[in-house]
Amino acid sequence: MKSFITPRFLMIAAVVLLAGVFLFPLWQITLEAAQFPGGLRLNIWINKFSGDEGGGDIIKNINILNHYIGMKYIEPDSIAELKYFPFIVYGMMTLGLVTVFLNKTWAYATWLIIMSVLGILGVYDFYLWMYDYGHNLDPNAPIKIEGMTYMPPLFGEKDLLNFYVKSYPRMGTIFLTISIVFSFLATWFRKKQQKDARI
Amino acid sequence: MKKTKIQKIVWFLFSLAVFVTACSKRDSKTVLEGDAASQAYVAPGEYDEFYAFLSGGFSGQVTAYGLPSGRLLKEIPVLSKYPENGYGYSEETKAMFNTSFGEVPWDDTHHIELSQTNGEFDGRWLFVNGNNTPRIARVDLTTFETVEILEIPDVAGLHCAPFVTENSEYLVSGTRFSVPIPQRDVPIATYKENFEGLINYVGINQETGEMSLDFQIRMPGFNYDLARNGKGKSHGWSFLTTYNSEQAYTLLEVNASQKDKDLLAIVNWKKAEEYVKQGKGKERQTSYYHNLVNERTSIAESKEITTTTILDPADCPDMVYFIPVPKSPHGCDVNPSGDYIVGNGKLSADMSIYSFDKLMAAIEGKDFAGEINGIPVINYESGLHGILKKPGLGPLHTEFDGKGNAYTTFFISSEVVKWDVEKLEILDKQSTFYSPGHLVIPGGETRKPFGKYLVAMNKITKDRYLPTGPELAHSAQLFDISGDKMKLILDFPTKGEPHYAQAIPASKIQPNSKKFYKIEENGHPYAAKGEGQAKVVREGNEVHVYMTAIRSHLAPDNIEGIKMGDEVYFHLTNLEQDWDVPHGFAVQGANNAELLVMPGQTRTLKWEPFKPGVFAFYCTDFCSALHQEMSGYVRVSPKGSDVKLMWGLNNENKDEETLREMLKEQERSQ
Repeated sequence: MKSFITPRFLMIAAVVLLAGVFLFPLWQITLEAAQFPGGLRLNIWINKFSGDEGGGDIIKNINILNHYIGMKYIEPDSIAELKYFPFIVYGMMTLGLVTVFLNKTWAYATWLIIMSVLGILGVYDFYLWMYDYGHNLDPNAPIKIEGMTYMPPLFGEKDLLNFYVKSYPRMGTIFLTISIVFSFLATWFRKKQQKDARI
Repeated sequence: MKKTKIQKIVWFLFSLAVFVTACSKRDSKTVLEGDAASQAYVAPGEYDEFYAFLSGGFSGQVTAYGLPSGRLLKEIPVLSKYPENGYGYSEETKAMFNTSFGEVPWDDTHHIELSQTNGEFDGRWLFVNGNNTPRIARVDLTTFETVEILEIPDVAGLHCAPFVTENSEYLVSGTRFSVPIPQRDVPIATYKENFEGLINYVGINQETGEMSLDFQIRMPGFNYDLARNGKGKSHGWSFLTTYNSEQAYTLLEVNASQKDKDLLAIVNWKKAEEYVKQGKGKERQTSYYHNLVNERTSIAESKEITTTTILDPADCPDMVYFIPVPKSPHGCDVNPSGDYIVGNGKLSADMSIYSFDKLMAAIEGKDFAGEINGIPVINYESGLHGILKKPGLGPLHTEFDGKGNAYTTFFISSEVVKWDVEKLEILDKQSTFYSPGHLVIPGGETRKPFGKYLVAMNKITKDRYLPTGPELAHSAQLFDISGDKMKLILDFPTKGEPHYAQAIPASKIQPNSKKFYKIEENGHPYAAKGEGQAKVVREGNEVHVYMTAIRSHLAPDNIEGIKMGDEVYFHLTNLEQDWDVPHGFAVQGANNAELLVMPGQTRTLKWEPFKPGVFAFYCTDFCSALHQEMSGYVRVSPKGSDVKLMWGLNNENKDEETLREMLKEQERSQ
């Protein structure tokens, strides 16, 4: 009986899963404080920011809080990554379909490597962005605390003045990770098929 | 010295009085049982089960309380100006108080009516009457703000209002004081010839809630006191109590209390609707105002209306009937099934309960004892379900628990009495402290009462709380009515003089409660929807300041070039887009009030400078850690001085030149 799980099937699944980054946020930063029952949630998507349904303009609310300590305004329109990241994803999805067409081990492996490197670069870019955002403070800020910086954690939880900040990946990142795992499986199965064929 | 007999009697009476007082005092304490406190206790951070909306009487407002805790949630400004947030003072809300008598800044709110669907509260709107200069107001229950006020023409003392029908088709009301119609200069002693009453039907638009006076029914010059509409089988009918069928016009306490029986008016409003459709109504010239908040701009707009449609029962048979009710009735209440109508003769020792079926049979069989102005009077006994014998003294109002029981307040004997509607048996009596007027059971006048709590609203407070001088807060008392006997569980002071109240499960209001206004939906012509749009524009001697507020500054916060004789309009837009971040605005010497502006909203305060100088303005609602810094200055120069108009924030100043650039820029981008 021919196995249903073929490298082609796995790679198509990887491409479909990658599209999940458009349906779910990649990361979530939660700010908890007494005056914000339930916390303020900032969802970071591949192409935008969002808050809780009905919770108001999250970027505006965070900017209002941050201006007291001199953090830069978050202006989604001026963040280039939000504009070109979606095209990178479209590109990778197209490339994924090309590998399905080729159905070669090297093709799957190449996709796997590019996608993994892009993922790591993405996280590194996010880290740099948060570092700048947390360290590059306005010297005229109303509230200045010697030696204090406000970089949110990349992964984990941390006290920042009156806020307890949590930062964790969300469904988008999970989909992306599973997509990479599937492309790895596609590579592995294809290689195994070739080995079996040679025997 | 030997005591005289009279002295002895005086001493005896005095001791008796002290003893009786002590006893009654002890009674009021001992009625509390051990776990009463826990029944009314709502832990910090927990929510109440019900919203109770209490009218404010002479305060002119409405208050929202939580039940069972008795916690005050909000005072909603309705029919009195409210300097606390600028209601009635701001340019947007001034028009709410327009009437055919000019601006009338105060009224007397009496009866709360919540909108209904299928005879149950639906949580959309709250209606309340203004008694003094007859008006009906509508409050939107998503924002708890008054959005509409409709004047009712040719009536006086709109006490008998605004009673809603079971699908919110109409609000029925009646005149408490009959007057000459149209108003004219006649001797008061010509009451019988010249004075008339009206019963009014205000239609409600089911989409928008907007009210319109659809028709008025011409009635004899009696005093129309309270009303209810039928439900279930009696849907389509209204029942209104009258007093002063004697038609007295002086010393009413004696002269309007002579007849053994007054009357209950019974109106077939579905029939009245048909007559209006057939064109049986007569158009009459009159004048009344309709004030409505424009949802897009959030500005109240006034319109004078000059005609009204009158139906005369003499030309419209089978529309109105009377039936006698013993001695000056007050309350008139219909039980949840719509079968029984309770008429409370407040000077009678008994209560008359009418049966809707018997009333219909009497009408069908023309079982009449006579007629008044062409209105048939049904034989008293023919419509009667029965009499509740000696329940107490001074029955006023009745509500229902949905389990077949009625609860009636007795003003004179200061108690609430529970009785079985069908069997007409008294089941329980509990004292209140003191002299209750209205009472409320959540949903207690609907087809589906929530018979868990009862609140008695007392007219006399005396010693219930720590004294506050001669004027005391009115007192309400909460009873648990889930068991066979009513149990007093809480006392709480209230604002103004609550007449009626209605209570509704929190679940019907809480999920729809608005958190803020979306700035992109703000259609106010003077809104500045971002700090970049803040500006000052001079139009002759009018100066319009388009100001914004966001934590923690006002923009602009420096304004120069205002001259004596200018009228300055501060249009403040709150740019916040989060829950519970209002900003306020006050400027020194303002002769009107302050502003509270909710997130996304624009409100305008008019300011006429009093003398040259530099005056401070500031945010009045503690909004943030740097709220105290949220302030600014306006410079006023003498008339004719050459100080140029200039405004700015953080020394980035703008003037009329930059304004022209700004406007050009805007035009180019459009």
